[in-house]
Amino acid sequence: MNPIGVVGAGVMGVGVAQNLAQTGHDVILVDVNEQILASALTRITLNCRMSRLTGGPAVDPAEVLARISTAVGVEALAEVDYVIENVPEDWELKREVFSSLDKACKLDTVFIVNTSAIPITRVGAISSRPERVIGVHFMNPVPMKPAVELIPGVHTSAETVERTRALLAAMGKHAVDVKDSCGFISNRLSHVFMNEAAFLVYEGVASAEAVDEVFRSCFGHPMGPLETADLIGVDTVLDSIEVIYQHYRDSKYRPCPLLMQMVDAGQRGRKAGRGFYDYTGGNRAA
Amino acid sequence: MSVFEQDQILAFIRDRYPQAEIEATDDIFGLGYVNSLFAMELVMFVEKTFGVAIPNDELRIENFQTAAVMAELVQRLAPSPAGAGI
Repeated sequence: MNPIGVVGAGVMGVGVAQNLAQTGHDVILVDVNEQILASALTRITLNCRMSRLTGGPAVDPAEVLARISTAVGVEALAEVDYVIENVPEDWELKREVFSSLDKACKLDTVFIVNTSAIPITRVGAISSRPERVIGVHFMNPVPMKPAVELIPGVHTSAETVERTRALLAAMGKHAVDVKDSCGFISNRLSHVFMNEAAFLVYEGVASAEAVDEVFRSCFGHPMGPLETADLIGVDTVLDSIEVIYQHYRDSKYRPCPLLMQMVDAGQRGRKAGRGFYDYTGGNRAA
Repeated sequence: MSVFEQDQILAFIRDRYPQAEIEATDDIFGLGYVNSLFAMELVMFVEKTFGVAIPNDELRIENFQTAAVMAELVQRLAPSPAGAGI
């Protein structure tokens, strides 16, 4: 089998590349510069080391890394059968990437859009091969999550759906079928939870800790919505809820002003050391 | 077992879950306190605080189930009485 192209070496791209390599696939991981790619390989090594501690199998980092090559620019993906794209949820960026991929890849390459919110049919429309464009919403951390959302666009062919389902099965993933609709199942639900949780804090109804405690202790979720927002990144959550709001123009998705203020203040969550919680001391505090 | 390491590890865990009454021999994995992120934070905390490098084959749940066994792991990896880098 040809290597699989993975575009974007951020959190999701790293998870997808690791998952593919762990399941015996060769991978070409692409991003815009060597520095990002080097840090992606470091992250993959760390994730592999942590696998058993997080309930996964024993994973040899050296074996996984041996299956992953890296490249700057999509030209390296000319001959791959599948590309899994994982760039940020920014429409202009997606447009640019898919336009380049369309020129770089052979005609029967399947383009898999890893997105949590962007309509697949719209991505298909950029490409000269809308029948080979399909959405897969991978969950984080990718190697640990047993299921994904599988989203054909209006023009996606049955063959593309089956080829993608086969690749996902080979990655150990069960595909949940969802029609093309902004936010699919997962983000329509999760972002309303996170946004409304932010409103509870914004309105002074409850503290972030109290909101998360209800989710953990009363609903039995492993994490509350605000610690989840900190983990995902407050800016990413805001971008996604904004995409959903702009798409449906329904006020139930209006972004909480607190999210906007936090992003303006640089309180972008765990990665910034401060979000709904403070992470600067190494430990978390409200 | 070192009370010194154990207390610091326990303080780190309790700080994260201030509302839970976690003891040194409580199984934090079995009690559901450890998600993938907290597991990584635990490993990084232990490595940084005590100046040890945990080999890949020691990174398994049995070595991180309780503050007490984590302290034993630190002792095995760095038998000096005081941790480094504190």
